Amino acid sequence: MFERFHKYASPKYFYDLATLLIPYFFVISWVVLLTGIGWGLAFSPPDYQQGESVRIIYVHVPSAILSMSAYMFMAVSVFIAMVWRIKIAYMVARSCAPIGAVFTLIALVTGSLWGKPMWGAWWVWDARLTSELILFFIYLGIIALQQAIEDKDLGDRMSGIMVLVGVVNIPIIHYSVIWWNTLHQKATISKMGQPSIDSSMLWPLLLMILAHYLFFATYILMQTRNEVLNREKRKGWVKEVIV
Amino acid sequence: MTPKRKQRVLIIVLILSGVSGAVGLMLYALQQNVNLFYSPTQISDGEAPIGPLIRVGGLVLAGSVKRATGKTEKLSVTFVLTDNNKQITVQYSGILPDLFREGQGIVALGRLQKDRSILATEVLAKHDENYMPPEVAGTLHKSPSAMHVPSTNQ
Repeated sequence: MFERFHKYASPKYFYDLATLLIPYFFVISWVVLLTGIGWGLAFSPPDYQQGESVRIIYVHVPSAILSMSAYMFMAVSVFIAMVWRIKIAYMVARSCAPIGAVFTLIALVTGSLWGKPMWGAWWVWDARLTSELILFFIYLGIIALQQAIEDKDLGDRMSGIMVLVGVVNIPIIHYSVIWWNTLHQKATISKMGQPSIDSSMLWPLLLMILAHYLFFATYILMQTRNEVLNREKRKGWVKEVIV
Repeated sequence: MTPKRKQRVLIIVLILSGVSGAVGLMLYALQQNVNLFYSPTQISDGEAPIGPLIRVGGLVLAGSVKRATGKTEKLSVTFVLTDNNKQITVQYSGILPDLFREGQGIVALGRLQKDRSILATEVLAKHDENYMPPEVAGTLHKSPSAMHVPSTNQ
């Protein structure tokens, strides 16, 4: 069974699979994204308290979710790469850090823009905001390590350790609003029982979350495919593909 | 799994549990510093220091908001914060956020006075995790307390 697993994890096989999948993922993610953003911005109702400014939720929440999901995906890839020594898993992990950092930055900036009209402050040093900012710095640290070490294999392993250590921050972000007194409100969708958001706002929000996941998948496929070509550039099959 | 791989898994698990243990102990030790604000109960228990800038969070007690009538102090306002257990009076002079209203959760930054009231320099509104269109909120208006679950814990 593991023999087959290794065959599927070979760079050549990944390249062919990614080339096949990318167009579908690309089109579907754009369709879902445009539907979700149109629904959210134009057709969903304003909030009873926050009025029209609630609409920033359709960008803020999906990017915040993805900032953590991308990290967990990267950590699982590193774990697989370290235990089974699968090269392609390291390449996937390397593709995660930049887009994860971008999602984190979007979550921080949109949160700040939302905080000013609603809370009355751009930034507050509460546990949720601070731990999300730390996640951004962890992402930057990982990218810096990857870029600083010339030898790709060594860089993968060094940054991999940093990825694993940074996993500790993810549950802290998620539970920060429960463990401590924060200005940030508690979770809406993932709370026990019924989500405390009206279905007319929940559906566009779920669509936007799905769109962000699809976009992330498309990007990872494309970026990892680049990474494969770059690392295997001296192999025979790459020359056949390129020429 | 080969013994070699088992060993690698073990090392990763050890690293992870070591780091989470260290961070866990650190956060436990910093517990009070990580909390953004004190609740009225904590203040009446004497946990908050008198003098330095602190934050207090709670719900604005219905009917407690009193605006100053004098011409020079038009922006002055006093209100009572509650966590449905203890209460504390807050005095503030300045512009209140749009979401400020009775029953709303807010966080005030200020100094605790000797008479256990807060002289606030900044008031932030805390909105809850409930989202709904105005029409739905209108039908729920008969029981506003259902929408304003106390947002302070501990």
